[in-house]
Amino acid sequence: MLLSLPALHLQTSEYHPLFQLPHGRLGPWCSPTGSPAPLSCETGCGEGSWILVCRLLVPTQVSLLSMEEDIDTRKINNSFLRDHSYATEADIISTVEFNHTGELLATGDKGGRVVIFQREQESKNQVHRRGEYNVYSTFQSHEPEFDYLKSLEIEEKINKIRWLPQQNAAYFLLSTNDKTVKLWKVSERDKRPEGYNLKDEEGRLRDPATITTLRVPVLRPMDLMVEATPRRVFANAHTYHINSISVNSDYETYMSADDLRINLWNFEITNQSFNIVDIKPANMEELTEVITAAEFHPHHCNTFVYSSSKGTIRLCDMRASALCDRHTKFFEEPEDPSNRSFFSEIISSISDVKFSHSGRYIMTRDYLTVKVWDLNMENRPIETYQVHDYLRSKLCSLYENDCIFDKFECVWNGSDSVIMTGSYNNFFRMFDRNTKRDVTLEASRENSKPRAILKPRKVCVGGKRRKDEISVDSLDFSKKILHTAWHPSENIIAVAATNNLYIFQDKVN
Amino acid sequence: MTRMMFARGLKRKCTEDEEAAPSYSRQRQSLLDMSLVKLQLCHALAEPSLCRSVLIANTVRQIQEEMTQDGAWRGAAPQTTGRAPLDRLVSTDLLCRSVRDGAGDGPAAPAPRGLQSSIWEGDGPLEDKGSFQKSLDQILETLESNTPLSVDELFSDVDSSYCSLDAVLTGVVGGAQSGQDGLEALAAMAAPAPSTSCKSDLGELDHVVGILVET
Repeated sequence: MLLSLPALHLQTSEYHPLFQLPHGRLGPWCSPTGSPAPLSCETGCGEGSWILVCRLLVPTQVSLLSMEEDIDTRKINNSFLRDHSYATEADIISTVEFNHTGELLATGDKGGRVVIFQREQESKNQVHRRGEYNVYSTFQSHEPEFDYLKSLEIEEKINKIRWLPQQNAAYFLLSTNDKTVKLWKVSERDKRPEGYNLKDEEGRLRDPATITTLRVPVLRPMDLMVEATPRRVFANAHTYHINSISVNSDYETYMSADDLRINLWNFEITNQSFNIVDIKPANMEELTEVITAAEFHPHHCNTFVYSSSKGTIRLCDMRASALCDRHTKFFEEPEDPSNRSFFSEIISSISDVKFSHSGRYIMTRDYLTVKVWDLNMENRPIETYQVHDYLRSKLCSLYENDCIFDKFECVWNGSDSVIMTGSYNNFFRMFDRNTKRDVTLEASRENSKPRAILKPRKVCVGGKRRKDEISVDSLDFSKKILHTAWHPSENIIAVAATNNLYIFQDKVN
Repeated sequence: MTRMMFARGLKRKCTEDEEAAPSYSRQRQSLLDMSLVKLQLCHALAEPSLCRSVLIANTVRQIQEEMTQDGAWRGAAPQTTGRAPLDRLVSTDLLCRSVRDGAGDGPAAPAPRGLQSSIWEGDGPLEDKGSFQKSLDQILETLESNTPLSVDELFSDVDSSYCSLDAVLTGVVGGAQSGQDGLEALAAMAAPAPSTSCKSDLGELDHVVGILVET
């Protein structure tokens, strides 16, 4: 399967303003009112550190990649698109992931496509374009399938993408839908051999009798072609929905986790995997807990964690036994009795778990908070950040409309000092772990004019609504930021807002 | 706030208050009903999210446990009539707040008619915890086996997508509420935007709800 550039359905021509990230650790965060943001962390910090200072932003070019405009073109041009009445549904981005250098950014969508963006090459006369990403390759990773035994449709939606560390000129990534993981090779070709005289123009072998000399072919440049090739297909190992994949630091294995089981694979072997966790009760009537996310330790290839719908995290050591049903560490925070309600369990269900780059901490996201755990302390998180605590009194409605089951993800910045996660109304939040400052930003086309400052947003919680504040009741719950990514070493972030991908960059880049 | 006062357990006469301000037990009942509808719709879907189903089932268990302790459970069963559940899907923000102290509400007024007996086909009026447990287990079992129950057929004309599930649920609520407060407005507003294609027409919705509550 070869698919070449250019991508048909993504435009990179639009401009987008930037916001400013803290420059290093001490950079001030913007606040429209100049008032301190609500203190969300229990660790004490001095009042003085909460003074937020506005800073002007230098306009820098950033791409806003919108898939909205080109639907019609795609329908005509892309035969792989299903004949579906609402094509936009397939365009909804379902995962975003930078590769290990940050040069490439991959997105997966509900239509089973993977789109890879490449960072604009640096050039001396175009300094302002350094943060821009352009479409590099796009391919159909998964197709809708039908399980005839169970009489079930298998969606093509890409649940997760994970890059493998680059070993040679080609790039490799894993993509998964509910059931099947695929290993893709993405490689470039910009030269082709020319000057063979053993074959004619159409590629047929010439009659050897007519060949009197042997010519050595030469490589001639040609238009760059990017090919995506499926190299491995890891299928038939998951009965439930795969929610996570994670590449091990040994670079030879990876794991895939579904609601009840975690499997360990070798990249070279597709016809068998090892089941390392299985929490399926013998009697499904006793099922009260599911696995929600899992990840390998970034440096210790024997260690991984998985989170559960009961708000707990288990750390397992594969050296202990082949089947890691028994955890090595168990992270759980005692329930706060003053906040107990019928929704306590639902909102404590962990939607994402991420090791810090250092491997010392784990970050978990539940419905209302982000927590940072120290691997050496199991009884409570060391930091808790409120993402949108104003929703606490709205849980009934959010249960009614099913929003309470939304699975928000969370990411670390390159130095593990800032964490980012999404919210509703196209808002996303950042928390500086050192200064304890936090900011709410909005990824939307309406509110961000070209080269303008991306203003911090504020949600009004009780009392009088100030100018520039938005009241809880007017938040749009259909616009949710579930997936974000942070460049591994720079202050560049990618934010997926339904079918739009925003890339924001710090001005110092 | 009046609601908070009820939450703290003012003695009240159920006849007057039922319509004016929903009591804790009433809200709890409506939450239970809502959860049961969700579970039911869940397994009408081709492949429900297991995580969501488990969380809802745990919520149902929790409510049931509390109601059993209250003695409210037994009262909940007998009077199953008409379209009551519709009227009771009211704002239940009391439940979001905090634990109610056990003594607070007192034994709940005979909680209105239960939806359960109609959902669990052929189970008849719910008599005790046992048969409820059985029903719940049945649902969980179905989650695993994906074998359609007969009730599924009732939903067969409903497009099995997340969207329509949501539309049905929010539709049930929206249609039933006349007194708009902030919370309801929120719920209404929060209905998914891309719903032009999946707005169930009201007739169909009524049909579905009718089946659900029919005895």
